[in-house]
Amino acid sequence: MTPTPAIECRHLTHRYGDFTAVDDVTLEVQAGETLGLLGPNGAGKTSVVRVLTTLTPVQHGEVRIFGLDARRDTMDIRHNLGYVPQQLSIESALTGRQNVDLFARLYDVPRKQRRARVDEALSAMQLLDVAENLAGTYSGGMVRRLELAQALVNRPSLLILDEPTVGLDPIARDGVWSQVADMQAEYGMTVLLTTHYMEEADALCDRVALMHHGVLRAVGSPHDLKSALSSDASPDPTLEDVFRHYAGSDLTADTARRHLGEIRSSRRAARRAS
Amino acid sequence: MPVDLIRAPRGIRRAGGLLRRMGAFALVELQKLSHDRSELITRMVQPALWLLIFGQTFSRLHVIDTGNVPYLAFLAPGIIAQSALFISIFYGIQIVWDRDAGILAKLMVTPAPASALITGKAFAAGVRSVAQVVGVMVIAYLMGIHLTANPVRILGAMAVVVLGSAFFACLSMTLAGLVRNRDRLMGIGQAITMPLFFASNALYPVEVMPQWLRWLSAVNPLSYEVNALRALLLGTPGNTLLDVGVLLVAAALGVFTASTLLRRLVR
Repeated sequence: MTPTPAIECRHLTHRYGDFTAVDDVTLEVQAGETLGLLGPNGAGKTSVVRVLTTLTPVQHGEVRIFGLDARRDTMDIRHNLGYVPQQLSIESALTGRQNVDLFARLYDVPRKQRRARVDEALSAMQLLDVAENLAGTYSGGMVRRLELAQALVNRPSLLILDEPTVGLDPIARDGVWSQVADMQAEYGMTVLLTTHYMEEADALCDRVALMHHGVLRAVGSPHDLKSALSSDASPDPTLEDVFRHYAGSDLTADTARRHLGEIRSSRRAARRAS
Repeated sequence: MPVDLIRAPRGIRRAGGLLRRMGAFALVELQKLSHDRSELITRMVQPALWLLIFGQTFSRLHVIDTGNVPYLAFLAPGIIAQSALFISIFYGIQIVWDRDAGILAKLMVTPAPASALITGKAFAAGVRSVAQVVGVMVIAYLMGIHLTANPVRILGAMAVVVLGSAFFACLSMTLAGLVRNRDRLMGIGQAITMPLFFASNALYPVEVMPQWLRWLSAVNPLSYEVNALRALLLGTPGNTLLDVGVLLVAAALGVFTASTLLRRLVR
C-alpha cells in the first residue's frame, strides 16, 4: 500500500482580487521528508504556506495534509501542525516558558506531561537557562528559537517554517537550522520550509521546489537539479544557478508550465524540460 | 513512514477543549498583567479626576436631581462603568496590533477556535476593569462617599463589570474585524466612546434626558451596567435580573460576532 503523503496539493490556485499569487501548483511531500519551497520575495511561497496551514481557505484545487481535506478537516489538520511564521512574533510581555506553555495548553498537552514537554522544547532550543526571562529581552535569534520551541511542544507531524531565518545574522541562522535538523532527526517529522537563501536549502532539504511568479518551476533534490544543469561550460552549478535557469526573467507563465516537472536525475530530462 | 495523527475532539468533548483554551488565553492575560502592574495604577488617574473634579463640582451645583442619593454616590458607579468602557473599547486595536505582529496568525493555526481567543481577550478587559471597581471604591471611601461594604455585593459588582467590559471589548474586536486597520479603528473608537457614555445614565438619571436620548439609553448596554452597579453598590431600587440578563446576552452576542469576523483579520 502506498503511504499517505504528508502534503498533497493538486492544481492549487490562489488569487487576491485580480492578482494570481499561486498559479496551478501541484506538489506532493512524503512523510518524513524535508522540502524547501524556494523563490524570491513575491514568488507565492507564503500564500502556499497560508493555505497549507489552513489560515487561508482553499480557493481552487485540492489540498490534503496526511490525507485530511484542508477544506473540511481544518481542526484535525491543526492538531498535527507546528508553524513558525515569517515575522518574529512572540508575546514579549510573557517569559519564554509562559510563551511555550501557552502553546502546550492550546495543543492539549496533558497536564501531567506539560511541564516536562515545555522543558524539553526549551532545552532542545537551548533556552532553558533563560526560560524565566521576559521574551522581550531576547535577541532575534533567541526569539526565533523560542518560536521553534512553541511549534515543537506538541511534537507535530508536520512542521511548516516560513522564512525562519529572515533578518537573522549568519550565526543565528546556523543555530536555527541546526536545531531544526536535530528535531527532524529525533522525531522524524515532515518539514516544509520556505526560504530565499539557496545555500541553506541546498544543505538542509531532501528536495526543493522552485517557485517564481506563483508558478512552480521545478521540483527535485538539490543534487539532481544541479546535476541536470551541469555542462562543460558550467561543471559545478549552484542551486542559485538552477533557480536562475528555471526562473529566467523573461519566462512567461506558459513557458514555465512547460518547464514544470519533477526533475528526476538525468541531464537528458533537464534538457527536455528546457 | 507511519504517522500517528491526532484527531480533533468530536461532539461534547469539543466543549471541554473550548473551555480549556479559553482558560489558557485568560491565564496569559493574567500573566501579562502580573509582569506589569503599573498599567492598573495609571488607569486609575482618569476615574479619580472624574470623581474629584467633575463629581465634586457638580455635587455643589445641585443641578442634577438624584433623589435621596447624594450626587457623588450616584456618580461613582457611573464612573466605574465609564472607566471599564474606556479600557474595553480599545481591545480591537490590540487585536489588530497582534495581527500586525504576526501573533494572531500563529494562534489561528493552533486548534484554538476563534471564540476561545475572543473570550480570553474579553476576560482580560474584565480583569483590568475589575481593578477599577477596587480603585474607585477606595477613592470613594477616602472622599466619604458611602458605597456598600458587603463583600457579596462588591463581588456582584465585579461580575457585572466583567460582563459589561466583555461586551464592549467584543464590540471593539467586531469593529476591528470589519475595518481591519488600526488608524481607522482608533478613529471609530474615539467616535463611539463619548456617545455611548453620554447616551447612558452614568452621569445623570434617565428621567432628565430628552425622549430621543432615553431611547438611545434603553438600547445602550452601558445603562444596564450602571443600573446594576447602582443597585449593588448603593442599594437603589432596580431590576438587577433584567440588567444582568441584558449584559449576558450582549456579551454572548459580542463573542459570537467578534469570533465570526476574526478570521477576516488574518486574510
